[in-house]
Amino acid sequence: MGCNASTLAKIHNVDELILETGFSSSHICHLYNRFHSLDKDDKGLLNRGDFQNISELAVNPLGDRIINNFFPDGVDLIDFNSFARTLARFRPVEESLKKEPDSPEPINSRANKLKFAFQLYDQDKDGKISNNELLQVLRLMLGVQVTEEQLDNITDRTIQEADLDGDNAISFEEFKKVRAKLSGHFLASSCLTSDWDLGWGYGVASL
Amino acid sequence: MGFFLFPFDSLICILLGISFTVWFTLLLVFIIVPAIFGVSLGIRKLYMKTLLKIFKWATLRIERGAKEKNHLLYKPYTNGIIAKEPMSLEEEIKEIRGSGSSKDLSSPEFEMSDIFYFCRKGVESIMDDEVTKRFSPEELESWNLLTRSNYNFQHISLRLTVLWGLGLLIRYCFLLPLRVTLAFTGVGLLVVGTTMVGILPNGRFKNFLSEKVHLMCYRICVRALTAIITYHDSENKPKNGGICVANHTSPIDVIILASDGCYAMVGQVHGGLMGIIQRSMVKACPHIWFERSEVKDRNLVAKRLSDHVEDKTKLPILIFPEGTCINNTSVMMFKKGSFEIGTTMYPVAIKYDPRFGDAFWNSSKFGMVSYLLRMMSSWAIVCSVWYLPPVTREEGEDAVQFANRVKSAIARQGGLVDLLWDGGLKREKVKGTFKEEQQKLYSKMLVGNPEDRSRS
Repeated sequence: MGCNASTLAKIHNVDELILETGFSSSHICHLYNRFHSLDKDDKGLLNRGDFQNISELAVNPLGDRIINNFFPDGVDLIDFNSFARTLARFRPVEESLKKEPDSPEPINSRANKLKFAFQLYDQDKDGKISNNELLQVLRLMLGVQVTEEQLDNITDRTIQEADLDGDNAISFEEFKKVRAKLSGHFLASSCLTSDWDLGWGYGVASL
Repeated sequence: MGFFLFPFDSLICILLGISFTVWFTLLLVFIIVPAIFGVSLGIRKLYMKTLLKIFKWATLRIERGAKEKNHLLYKPYTNGIIAKEPMSLEEEIKEIRGSGSSKDLSSPEFEMSDIFYFCRKGVESIMDDEVTKRFSPEELESWNLLTRSNYNFQHISLRLTVLWGLGLLIRYCFLLPLRVTLAFTGVGLLVVGTTMVGILPNGRFKNFLSEKVHLMCYRICVRALTAIITYHDSENKPKNGGICVANHTSPIDVIILASDGCYAMVGQVHGGLMGIIQRSMVKACPHIWFERSEVKDRNLVAKRLSDHVEDKTKLPILIFPEGTCINNTSVMMFKKGSFEIGTTMYPVAIKYDPRFGDAFWNSSKFGMVSYLLRMMSSWAIVCSVWYLPPVTREEGEDAVQFANRVKSAIARQGGLVDLLWDGGLKREKVKGTFKEEQQKLYSKMLVGNPEDRSRS
């Protein structure tokens, strides 16, 4: 526990990770301790069950799908590095950073955030949200509180509005256009700011 | 080699004998006798003040040392890694929509971006949630010279390390044997005393004696842990025929409360040493011990408890409604069983000062014996006990609401976070029915209440 050189030394490829994710070393330490508090059997890896132990996640209607987004296809255990990389997507975007024309897209870009949400809809990973997939998500979010008819109506209406090329499904491009005006602020889930280094955990909401 | 030791042998024996006698006499005079009479010599308070001064110095040294070497200091966060105001579901979704929606803001229709609300909440709970951190020891702001609670311990200065080493020596070589002796004395006296009182016929004299014996032995145990307790509002102390409910952090809670008043304990019958203690305690005054099989039968439990409270000559019952040990930063859901009985409840809030020793018992990590050893090798156990005014169930209030009301009062008094989550989550997963709550909130926003639905 704790945040010193010995903790950082335990993390595999920590310098690379810091560069890739853009987290500061104290953020990485915090996430590392969090990783270990979730890893109750001390395996050094997390499985889906460890995530489901988080009570607040278990009552989230989309909890299982969010968990699945952490595990790439066919993988049932993740290590700390991939845990940190997935969470890095939710760092606030630094609008002021100058981007070189052919630098790789930062991990926390708007597009990557939207991709995470798109994957929550698109379970068969065909790159499109079909009518059925949208219906399933709505059912998860609303449960038994609305009738089938209402669900169908909402689904049809949404696809009609968003579908631009008439294939009765929403592709990632169409999804991006729907959220075109959404700023990075509302997509960032936790405001991990540089104030954290000073030890004052309550940082200022960043934009 | 043996020949060399001969003349020294007897000398060593004599020295040992003398020091042992001196030690035991000091023990008797300064600790056991005051305990018997319920008098305090003020030694522990002085000890506490000295320790606090040393801790402050140690923390400053660490901070200074860390700055000099440019190390990162891990400071426990008070508000979490997530820095924003908590908003209701509706407000948050409106905010998400409002920034990019091309529609009229007031139309409560589904939008694809609504998913971000759940997505964000989910990822936030992965980073930090309210429940998981209640089952691990509280993180401290300043260091208390125990490596078990320190996260920044590196070699900062020779003086600090020497101090730490000295502390280690004092704790393990002086305090620990002292405390273990006291503990054995206390428990032994309890067993012997209560058995002797049990011989007497039932009556006022027996109750009086049993009270004295119990109090005396618990006070010795309190000193065995070097527990420095401050009792507040003693005019609200529980009376016969009532039930005393308190928040639960460790098995020591029982000793802390019982050294200030007499209670009837409730618990499962154990074997071994605990069983011996239980059997002898019940000879002197009625406690409620359940067989393991009886514990499952809720009606039986309720009946025995209500029978006990109806008899006004019997002592107030002591119950911990959380059902498990929580780490003393919050109060979790109270089980409603004891609140259904319909008698006066006396809430008690117990708050430990974590600077001197962490009292939380993580039963999945430590067994009872290693827990007690840790307790006895910390500096001290400092805590405050507040006796809250008695409450009874009001008209039209059901047991769950009553339980929540009492829980909030305890949380407020002790400065603890009031949580609705079940302490059982330490070991089990959350029930699926809670998901419905989230779904209800969201659907209310989309389609309105079933009564005023106007669109299809």
